[in-house]
Amino acid sequence: MTSPSLVGKNARRFTAPSVIPGFGLTFGYTLIYLGLIVLFPLATLIWQSSGLGFSGLYEIASEPRVAASLRTTFFISFAAAVVDLFFGLIVAWVLTRYDFPGRRLLDAFVDLPFALPTAVAGISLAALYSPNGWFGAPLADYDIKIAFTRWGILVALIFIGLPFVVRTVQPIISELEAELEEASATLGAGRLQTVIRVMLPPLAPALLTGFALAFARSIGEYGSVIFIAGNIAYVSEIAPLLIVVKLEQYDVPGATGIATIMLAISFAALLLINLVQAWSRRRFGHV
Amino acid sequence: MRDVSLDIQPGELVALLGPSGSGKTTLLRVIAGLNSPDRGRVLFDGENATNLPVQDRHVGMVFQNYALFKHMTVADNIVYGLRVRPRRTRPSRAAIKARVTELLQFVQLDGLGGRYPSQLSGGQRQRVALARALAIEPRVLLLDEPFGALDARVRKDLRRWLRDIHKQTGLTTVFVTHDQDEAMELADRVVVLNEGRIEQIGTPEELYDRPASPFVISFVGEAVALPVTIADGHVTFGGRELHIDTHGLRSGPARVFFRPADIAVTAEGSGDLEGRVESLRRTPAGVRATIAIDGYDQTLEIDSPLDRSASLGGRVPLSLAKARIFPADENGDYVDAGDGI
Repeated sequence: MTSPSLVGKNARRFTAPSVIPGFGLTFGYTLIYLGLIVLFPLATLIWQSSGLGFSGLYEIASEPRVAASLRTTFFISFAAAVVDLFFGLIVAWVLTRYDFPGRRLLDAFVDLPFALPTAVAGISLAALYSPNGWFGAPLADYDIKIAFTRWGILVALIFIGLPFVVRTVQPIISELEAELEEASATLGAGRLQTVIRVMLPPLAPALLTGFALAFARSIGEYGSVIFIAGNIAYVSEIAPLLIVVKLEQYDVPGATGIATIMLAISFAALLLINLVQAWSRRRFGHV
Repeated sequence: MRDVSLDIQPGELVALLGPSGSGKTTLLRVIAGLNSPDRGRVLFDGENATNLPVQDRHVGMVFQNYALFKHMTVADNIVYGLRVRPRRTRPSRAAIKARVTELLQFVQLDGLGGRYPSQLSGGQRQRVALARALAIEPRVLLLDEPFGALDARVRKDLRRWLRDIHKQTGLTTVFVTHDQDEAMELADRVVVLNEGRIEQIGTPEELYDRPASPFVISFVGEAVALPVTIADGHVTFGGRELHIDTHGLRSGPARVFFRPADIAVTAEGSGDLEGRVESLRRTPAGVRATIAIDGYDQTLEIDSPLDRSASLGGRVPLSLAKARIFPADENGDYVDAGDGI
C-alpha cells in the first residue's frame, strides 16, 4: 500500500468519483420507481396466485383450453419475433445504408406500430385479411385463410414487433464502416461470406435485443390480436384473452394463475435470451 | 478524374501524392476495383482487369482506418482471405496456421495472434492490416494514407519498415499520401495529382529538379512565385530585368518560381533582384537574413557566408541560381511549362 486511501480497508465503493455526483439519490429513485411501478404489481400478482399453490397452478396450466392458449401465445410470438428479426434487419439495412427519396418518411413509418392504438391495427388488419378484404379475397381464391385463424395472430404480432428490431439494429448498422465490406471483398470473400462473416457478427447482440423485445411485446399483445384471431378456443385463443374471459366470469384465481404462469415462462425465456446475449457479447464483445 | 494514364512497373513502389480532393484515393480505389471508371481501362500485366470484380483482382488493400474485423482475433483477421476461399483452393488447416505464424513474425507481432484489434495500438493495427493484405499473396499492394492516423514517431518507424517490407517482398506497391516528405522518402516514383489530373510522374529527383508545372513546384517543397512580364525576350519583375531565359515563351504575363535555397546575396551591382534586410541572425556557418524582396509581399530567409556584408535595414542585391518560368493566361492561371535558367 503506497498510496494513502481515504476509504477504509473494508469499505466498499460502488462508484468512482465523478463530475456528476448523486449516486445515492438516483439509485434511490431507481429502486423506488422500479419497486412501485414494476415489482409491486408483480408481487401482488404472485401473492394473489400463491393461494393456489404449485399444484393449483399446475392444474390450471394443464387445463386443455389454457394449455392450448399458452402454446398459441408463446409459439406464435416466437415465430413472429423470428420473422421480425429477418425483416427488421432488412428494413434497418435499407434505411441506414441507402439514400433514396422518401427515406425519412419511410423511416418515420417504422414507428407507426408503436403509436397506433393496437385495436386500430387489429381492426385494419382484420378488414384487410378477412375473406372479402383486399388481401383476404385474392388469398381466399387459393384457399388461404389468414384472418380468424392462427395466421392472423402471426400477422398482427409481426406488425407489432417490427419496430423493436429495426430501432435496435439501426444505430449499430450505421456504425459499421463500409470499408469493412470492401476489405472483405478485396480479400476475396463473396457477398454471402461478407454478410455472414463480417456484417452479421457485430450485429448479433443488437439483433438479439430486438428479438427479445419483439418477443416480449408479442406475448403481452392483446388489442390487435383479438380482432383478427377469431378467438376460437383451442385454436386461435391467446392466453391474455383467456385471462380476460376468466375475469369476466369472476374466476379471479384462474386469471391470476394464467398470469403467473405467463410471467414465469416469459421471465425464463427472457433470461435465456439475455444469457445468449451475454455469451454473444463475450464472443463478439470487441466490437 | 480526367485523362489519367499511369504505367506502374512490376516491383515498383509508387506514391500517389496530392492535396485532399485531388483524386488520389479514387485512383487507388479504381485500381482495387472498388470504384469503376466511367471510361478507360485498368490493366494488370497487360491483361484487362477493368471488369474484373474486386474479389478476383487479388489486390492487397490496406485501408486508411485499417478496417480490421473487430470481432475476430488478430490471427483470424490475418487468415480471413485464406479461409473464405472455395474449398478447392483453400489451404489446409495446418497450412493456414503456419501462415499465421509466419506473417505475425514478418510484421513483428509474434504472440499477439490471440488479441483483438481493440487491444492493439495504432501502429500494431496498421501492421495487422498489412499482414492481412499480404496473406492472400496479392498481385499489387495498395495502401490508402498508410501513416495518416499515426503519431509522428510511429509514422517514422513504420515508413522505414514499409520500405524494408517492400524490399523483402518485391511486391508492386502503390500508396496514397498527402505528405510530400513521405512520398519523396519512400517512393521510387511519385505521381503528383491535382484536381483529378496527373500533374507529373517522376522520381523524387525529377520532381525536385524539373517540376513540370507551377502546381508541382509549389506542392513539392517550398517555392517563391514572382509575377513577371515577358517582352521581346526579356523578363522583367517590378521594372528590373531578370536574367532568365524565356525559353521561347510569348510576350505577356508570366510567373517565375524558385526555391528559397536558390537565391543568394550577391556582389553590388550584379543582382537580379533587390531586397531590404529585415533581420539578421548568426548561424554556425554564416548569417541568416530575413529579406523582403522589393515588389514581393513575403519575406525570405537567406543564408549567406560571413564575408558578404549586410546590415540591418540595408539594401542587398540578390541573384537567382535557378528558376523556372511558366506563362500565365489571362485569368492569371498558369498553363504551359518551360525550363528555367
